[in-house]
Amino acid sequence: MFSTATIVAQSAPPLWGQPGIVITCILLAIPLAVGLWLLGLKLGAARRPPGSERNASGSSNGAGMLAVDEPHSAAGEPSMAPSSGLIRNVDQSGAIRFIPAKKAALRRPEIHRPLARLILWYLGAATLWLLFGTTIGEYLGIKFVVPDADHLSWLSFGRLRPVHTNAVFWGWASLAMIGLGYYVVARVGNVQLASLKAGWWTFGLMNAAVVLGSIALMAGINNGGGEYREYVWPIMLLFAAGIAIALWNFLATIARRQTSEIYISNWYMVAALMFVITIVLVAYLPFWQDGLGETIIQGYYMHQGVGMWFMMYLLGLTYYFLPQQLNTPIFSYSLGILAFWTQILFYTVIGTHHFVFSSIPWSIQTVAIVGSMGMVIPVVAGTANFLLTFRGAFHKLSGSYTLPFFLVGVVFYFTGSLQGTAEAFRWTNLIWHFTDFTVAHSHLTMYGIITFLLWASIYAVVPRLTGREPPQATVGAHFWMALIGLLFYSIPLMLGGTLRGIAWLDGVPFVDTLTLMAPFWLWRAIGGTLMWLSHGIFAYNMYKMIAGRVRDVAIQGATEGAAN
Amino acid sequence: MKFYRNHRLFFSAVASLFIFLTVVIAIIPALHNQLSYAPLPGSEPLAGDALKGKAIFVANGCVACHTQQVRNIAMDRTWGNRPSIAADYAGIRRTDIWRNTATLMGTERTGPDLTSIGSRQPSDVWHLLHLYAPRSVVPASIMPAYPWLFEEKSQAAPGDTVVNVPPPFAPADRQVVARPEALQLVAYLLSLKQTPLPDGTASPDFLYAGTAGNETAPAATGTGTGIADGATLYAANCQACHQANGEGLKGAFPPLKGSPIVTDDDPSRILTIIMKGYTSREKEGYPAMPPIGVTNKLTPSQIHSIINHERKSWGNQAREVPLEEVTKILAGIAP
Repeated sequence: MFSTATIVAQSAPPLWGQPGIVITCILLAIPLAVGLWLLGLKLGAARRPPGSERNASGSSNGAGMLAVDEPHSAAGEPSMAPSSGLIRNVDQSGAIRFIPAKKAALRRPEIHRPLARLILWYLGAATLWLLFGTTIGEYLGIKFVVPDADHLSWLSFGRLRPVHTNAVFWGWASLAMIGLGYYVVARVGNVQLASLKAGWWTFGLMNAAVVLGSIALMAGINNGGGEYREYVWPIMLLFAAGIAIALWNFLATIARRQTSEIYISNWYMVAALMFVITIVLVAYLPFWQDGLGETIIQGYYMHQGVGMWFMMYLLGLTYYFLPQQLNTPIFSYSLGILAFWTQILFYTVIGTHHFVFSSIPWSIQTVAIVGSMGMVIPVVAGTANFLLTFRGAFHKLSGSYTLPFFLVGVVFYFTGSLQGTAEAFRWTNLIWHFTDFTVAHSHLTMYGIITFLLWASIYAVVPRLTGREPPQATVGAHFWMALIGLLFYSIPLMLGGTLRGIAWLDGVPFVDTLTLMAPFWLWRAIGGTLMWLSHGIFAYNMYKMIAGRVRDVAIQGATEGAAN
Repeated sequence: MKFYRNHRLFFSAVASLFIFLTVVIAIIPALHNQLSYAPLPGSEPLAGDALKGKAIFVANGCVACHTQQVRNIAMDRTWGNRPSIAADYAGIRRTDIWRNTATLMGTERTGPDLTSIGSRQPSDVWHLLHLYAPRSVVPASIMPAYPWLFEEKSQAAPGDTVVNVPPPFAPADRQVVARPEALQLVAYLLSLKQTPLPDGTASPDFLYAGTAGNETAPAATGTGTGIADGATLYAANCQACHQANGEGLKGAFPPLKGSPIVTDDDPSRILTIIMKGYTSREKEGYPAMPPIGVTNKLTPSQIHSIINHERKSWGNQAREVPLEEVTKILAGIAP
C-alpha cells in the first residue's frame, strides 16, 4: 500500500481541486448518510417503547404490541408497563424481539386470478435469472482474486462476463419490469389486461432469448464485442419480438382504459417499450455499422439501453408504487412531465460519452458531454418529486418493509445519475475511463437504482396477489445485506479505479497498477458475496410469498382495510 | 390537456421525438463516418491465420479487458506512437451474416491495450507461453489461462509447435503443443500494429501532456531519475520476458543476472542487441529477441537508464556507463 499512498500524496493538489471529484465525493456521501440514518431509525424503532409509534393509527399490529414488554425502556422512571402484565399466555413464539413488526400489505380488491398467475411467473422467472446472473457475477469477481479457479473454456472470464450482464439485464430486470407493468397498466386504467395470451408469449420469448443467449455466449458465439449486444441477432430477435408483443398489449390495455387521463406511469412504461425496440433495431441493423459507425452506434445503444429502457420504465413503476405505498398522491404531476420530456431530450444524446478522447468526432463527444450536464434537470426533478412525495411520511419508513427499498432506490437515482454526469467531464474521464470506476458506477445504477426499485415494487405487489407476507426478518436481512454489500462493492472499486487512473497518468508501469488494484478487487469480491447472499434470501422471501403459509396478519389487514 | 389524454397522439409524439433524436445523434453520424473514411494506404487487411485469430479473440471475449484504442491523451502514449484515428478502423466490416462489425475498441483496460501489441511484444514464443500460463511470464497477471488452445502430448510430432513451459506451470512428463487456434490467435496479436500515417500527414496531438510527469517518451517513463528510473523502464519494456528478478525463464528467456553480455565492460554488444535484436542463442532454445529499442521507440537516455539498471541489479556489479558513451555507441549502430 506504500505505493498507493505515494501516488495520492503526489497528486493530491490537482485531484481535490477537480469539480468532478468533489461532486462525486459529495454524491457518495448521500447514500452513506441515508443508510446510516435509516439504520438509526430502525434501531430507534426497535428500542422505542410500544405505543409511541407515530403511525399508531396505521398499525395493524395492535394486538401484537401488547405482547412486547420492555422493562428497561423507561430507564429509572417507574415503568408504566405493568410488571405482571394484563394479558397472560401471550404467544411470542413467532416474533423476534428486536425486529419490530412491520405493516402488512393491505388487501386490495381481488386481482384477476389468471393475471396474478402471469405476473407471479414473470417475477419468479426474474428471481431465477437474478440468482443465475449474480452467481455468475460473483464467480467473475472471485476470478479477479483467483484467476486460476478453473480452466474451462465455457467458464472463462471473457465468455462469462457478458453472460452475467445480459442475464441480469434481459433476464432479471426486464422480466420483472414487464411483469410489474402488467399489474400497473391494468390497475391505473381500471381494466383487465388486453391479452393474457400475449403476456404468456412475451414471457416465453424473453426467457428463450436469455436461455439461448447464455448458452451461445458460453459456447463462444457472440455478436462481436459491443457491450450488452453480445447476443447474436437471431437470439435478440426473440427478445425484441417479446417486447413488441408487450408493447401492443400495453397500448391495447391503455386504449380501453376507464379513466380519461393516462396515468404518468403509463407514459414512462410505454415510452420505454417503444424506445427499447427502436434501440435494438438501430443496434442490430447492419447499414450504419462499418468501421467507427459501429462504435457510434454502440455508444448510443449501451447508454440508451440503460437510460431509456431500465431507468425510464422503473421511473414509471415508481410513479405508481411509491405513492401507493405511502398512501399519498405524487407530489407534482408537472415535475413528472418536466422530467419525462427532459429525460428523452438529454438522455438520447449522451451515448458517446463512453468514447471521450476516442477517434469519434470531437463534436459528438462534446454534445454528449453537454447532454450529460443537461441530465441534471430530469434527475433533480424526478428525485425532488419522489422525496417530496415522501415528505411528512418519513416516519412510515420504520413501519414498512417496502419503503426503505424505495428510498434507497431514489437516493441512488440521484447519486448514480449525477455521478454519471461528473464522470463525463473531460478531466474526470481522463482518470476514470477504462478503470474499475466504471464498473462501480454501473453497479450503483443498475443495482442501486434499478434493482432496489424492482425489489420495492415486488415486495409491494406480491403479497397483494397471493395474500401471503414475506417473513419480515428475512426482508430486513435482504435489504441490509444488499445495501451494505453494494457499498462494499462499489466504494473500493471507485477508490482503486481513481488510484489506478492517476498511476497511469503518472506513467507507472502497467503491471504495477495490477498489484495496486489487488486489495480493491478483494474488497469487491467480499461486497459482491454479501450482495449475492442477499439474493438467496430474496429468493426465499419470494418462495414464502408465493407458496408459504397464509398468515393471519394478511387476513387481519383485509378486515381492517374493509373497516377503513 | 387533450394532448395528454389522447394516447395515439401522445405516444406517437413521444416515439417521433425519440426517433428524430436517434437519427440525428446516432444514425447520421454513423453513416457520415463510414462514408467519410477509408483505410490508410499501407494498411494490410487481415487475412489467413490472423483473420481466424481475430474470430478466436472475439469468441473468448478478450475485449472485456483489453482495449484497442490509443486515445489522444498523453497517458496513452504507452500504447502507440500516435492517437488512433477513424481511418484505423475504417477497414473493419461486418464479420459475417450472424455477427456484427468488431472494432473491438473496448471500454475496460483491466489488461493492457493491444493496439500495437504486435510491435510492443513481437515474440510469438512469449505470446504462446503467456496464453498457456499467463502467470509464468507475468506473475502479477490476472488474465485467464487458455489451456484449451493447447494440447499435452507425451511426444511432440514433427512440425508441432512445442511451448517450453517453465517448471511449476508445466504438466508432468508431457509436452505442451500449440493447437492451430493458439497459433492463429498469436498471428492476430502479432498483426496488431499501427499503420504509419502517409508522408506529410501530421499526426494528431496527445492532449494533457503537462498533466503529470509524462512529458516525453513514447514508452513509459518513470517519475524519478537515475537508477529508479531505470527500474521503471525495465519493468515496462524488459520485465515481461527477463522477469523482475533478472533470471529470465528457463528454456524461454535467458537470464540477465550474471550475464557476461550485460556486465561486459564494453556496453556496445548489449546496445547492439537492444537495437538490432538477437538470434544467436536459438540453438539453446532461446527464441529471437526483438529489437526492442526500435519497436518501443526508446530514447538514448532511456536505454542508458535501462542498461545501467541491469548492470547494477541482482548482484551484477559492472561499472556505470555514462550517457555520452551510450549516445556515441548508439549513433554508430545503424538502425
